[in-house]
Amino acid sequence: MTTLPVVKPVSPAPAAAAAVKKVNIIGLERTDYKGADSTLCAGCGHDSIASQIITACYEVGLSPERLIKFSGIGCSSKSPAYFMSRSFGINTLHGRMATVATGALTANHKLNGIGVSGDGDTGSIGLGNFKHMLRRNVHMVYIIENNGVYGLTKGQFSATADVGQELKHAGRNELPPIDLCLEALAADCGFVARGFAGDPKQVVALIKAALSHRGTAVLDIISPCVTFNNKDESTKSYAWGKANDERINDFTFVAPQVEITAEFEPGESKEVELHDGSRILLKRLDQGHNPTDRYAAMTLLQQAREKQMFITGLIYVDSSRESLAEHENLGDVPLARLPNEKLRPSKDTLQKIMASMA
Amino acid sequence: MSIAEVNTEPQAGQTAERPLIVDDFSISVATKNGSGSQTANTTLLRALFKMGIPVSGKNVFPSNIQGMPTWYTIRVSKDNYIGRRLHAEIVVAMNPATALEDHQLVEPGGVFMYADDIKIPLNRSDLSYYPIPVKKIASENETDPKLRSYVANMVYVGALAQLLNINLSDIEGALLYHFRGKRKPVDSNMKVVRLSAEWVKANLPKTDPFIVSKLNLTDGLIMIDGNTAAGLGAIYGGVTFAAWYPITPATGVADALNEYLPRLRIDPVTKAPTYAIIQAEDELAALGMVIGAGWAGVRSMTSTSGPGISLMAEFTGYGYFADIPAVIWDVQRMGPSTGMPTKVSQGDIIPAHYLGHGDGRHPCLIPGSVYECFEFGWRAFDVAERLQTPVFVLSDLDLGMNQWMTKPFDYPEEPINRGKVLTAEDIKKLGIGGYKRYRDVDGDGVAWRTLPGTDHPAAAYFTRGTGHNDEAKLSERTDDWEKNMARLARKFETARSIVPAPIVDQVEGAEVGIIAYGSTDAPIVEARSMLAEAGIKTSYMRVRALPLSHAVKAFVAAHKRTYIVEMNSDAQMCQLVRLDMPELATAVRPCNHNDGMPLTAVWISGAITDKEKSK
Repeated sequence: MTTLPVVKPVSPAPAAAAAVKKVNIIGLERTDYKGADSTLCAGCGHDSIASQIITACYEVGLSPERLIKFSGIGCSSKSPAYFMSRSFGINTLHGRMATVATGALTANHKLNGIGVSGDGDTGSIGLGNFKHMLRRNVHMVYIIENNGVYGLTKGQFSATADVGQELKHAGRNELPPIDLCLEALAADCGFVARGFAGDPKQVVALIKAALSHRGTAVLDIISPCVTFNNKDESTKSYAWGKANDERINDFTFVAPQVEITAEFEPGESKEVELHDGSRILLKRLDQGHNPTDRYAAMTLLQQAREKQMFITGLIYVDSSRESLAEHENLGDVPLARLPNEKLRPSKDTLQKIMASMA
Repeated sequence: MSIAEVNTEPQAGQTAERPLIVDDFSISVATKNGSGSQTANTTLLRALFKMGIPVSGKNVFPSNIQGMPTWYTIRVSKDNYIGRRLHAEIVVAMNPATALEDHQLVEPGGVFMYADDIKIPLNRSDLSYYPIPVKKIASENETDPKLRSYVANMVYVGALAQLLNINLSDIEGALLYHFRGKRKPVDSNMKVVRLSAEWVKANLPKTDPFIVSKLNLTDGLIMIDGNTAAGLGAIYGGVTFAAWYPITPATGVADALNEYLPRLRIDPVTKAPTYAIIQAEDELAALGMVIGAGWAGVRSMTSTSGPGISLMAEFTGYGYFADIPAVIWDVQRMGPSTGMPTKVSQGDIIPAHYLGHGDGRHPCLIPGSVYECFEFGWRAFDVAERLQTPVFVLSDLDLGMNQWMTKPFDYPEEPINRGKVLTAEDIKKLGIGGYKRYRDVDGDGVAWRTLPGTDHPAAAYFTRGTGHNDEAKLSERTDDWEKNMARLARKFETARSIVPAPIVDQVEGAEVGIIAYGSTDAPIVEARSMLAEAGIKTSYMRVRALPLSHAVKAFVAAHKRTYIVEMNSDAQMCQLVRLDMPELATAVRPCNHNDGMPLTAVWISGAITDKEKSK
């Protein structure tokens, strides 16, 4: 049976180190998770998200050496350089992160993957590859830093811009937006969430839960572009987000083997188990959205799209579908770590094949 | 058609006394595609092969599923000439739609065997005519109308066997091979073959001179298509990840991986596969996955043809610039655009070599036989990982999809070479700051790499297609750019000595050299004999890779004129050879032809003879 990487650390931190400096469960300091200095605009939502990725990985004790960072092309896709320099990273082609990640994480299915893409990268040029990756259920966290605008090329609309949005040079957008959470659901993605870069706490919680999901976890994070699309009336701006963010649920991520402390009253919460034994505790179920109900998730997204409602939270979760590595029935040794003698079949097998053709 | 191909011999009359022609002719069977004739044709081919007679079989088929004209040609050659011939001596007409033209194209003095319900004027006095009651024999033996048309093909097999003297036991052996030992289909097919042979024996006196006779020239050989050979070669090269998208004529490569990997790459203890194959959503995604897997440290490949190559341009350039190994197996077909998807060409030489925007040249291995399809199948991974770059293997439709005789494949004599990879232990020894991903420490243009998951804080680096310095850091500095491109140029020179060297037959006193590559080898061997008979001595160099070996220049320098024989319209290899040796450019002459069909020896020798007359 194929086993997927587990975020849970193997050994606890050395007590001596913990006594000197503040370290996480695997004995690393927060600075061990830092990346290069950002070259994005001051105040860019993407930098906030990079910072939440660091927080989430530090707090769950993910070893940087066990992570691959992926990205496509665009402002968003620069950001993997700005977190976790001790992790391998690959900044691929525009729209093609999904394909490279599929290959790399099949080659080594024991590593975790975090991909950072943008709305142009995922919603336009890479939409096909995105959906096919979800169909295959490659085990990784797929973050879309969604700002509704092409930044590096100076301010064109992206396919996620809402109807009626205005940009300085591009004018008014008349075309309906592509909702990447809806696209993800339609492609059978088992973890679909929306966040807001202006709500770091929720983003961290979503990333932690996403890291424990089996297969691809999609996080569509509205991430304001301070230079090209941050006017108050823009649905992708900080001001709009702060004023209109409507949380559909509150939840707590509980790591494996951690005792659940009674944060919620019994009957008020719902527990969803993820593949590695960690759990998501949801509250506000009585009046709110049930993220284990696929049809409800689709209806909610469709309504939000029609009414331009800014909903955030865990929209859908179902860890039951097997990931690509499991589907391929990959063994305990990653393909990339097979010794040479496992790569080339023996001489007698070739001789048998040749004899069968004589 | 060139002038050299017009047959000017006097026509041999049907009734004249003629010496037997033994083991030296071609058969062309005209059918409709989707009618099941492939079983009949490959059965004939294999029966002849097992009789010890050198053969080649070529399927000339349309891009269609059912009902369009298809021809299968079998060449029987005691002299071991297995290139295509333009027309056949023996034509079997089973398709009314093409019968009129098939009839006209029979070689003078040949045979026209036809289904007796085909009504065309039979007005050639030089031919032997054999009407065969195909429908009658088929319907008497097969009550299921769905199977009747399949069985009908066995009628011409039986008729040909009787007329040409092919042993029925060899036909039966070929059917057993085809049906993998299953008696039932073999018996039902053999019943038709026997009845047909008996009918011919009783009703049609033989009036033609063509027969086969057992030889021992195929002892120890096997028959296989180049795509299966490629898949097997890749497997014995340790292919561990493959991503592909269906495309004619390359699908057979993935088919072979899907057939043989489950048998050969299952861990004996855990029973888990030690490979993964993904059918991608398009060729672009296929190469993206292959690049991802190659970067992460597995031997990864894709197989495709021209249109797929076009879609792979951006990723190929990325792999070149970011130093990522990948194997791209290109079974060339006729382009540009959709072109003629079921017709052969060698038109991807320049496109593959230079694929991508900006600068960049990629190593290309060019197999000239199914044996080399296997050999380059495993060798390509060593080349790709040693050079850390995408490597193309340029096969073609003729080599890939047709059956060829070959000596059995030899097990790779060299151990697997994974190239320059550093472990966590190595990184530890180098110390903090000691490892720089793109630093050319050995001076050969190939830097040392680490693989994702290497458990050391200093092992990781950030890969990108954007400008970078030797520490893999983003850089738009002019000097960093130039340094990196200079390193890639050194790597290209390293490639020259790593890729397979040309095969040379240098003839004392020859003024004329022939340079060729790939599947044209078979007709060139025959063409050289024809040229020699006509008094033109030739040397022959078969190029097997790009970048070109330094030996190519020496070969050109040693001859007054060197003709580059190839199947494309732009004389692509000719351009590359001239580019490599501008001072010798006038001695390098194009000799190219591109009509979708494999070259013939008659065309090659005629073209070179004509060019020599006007030299």
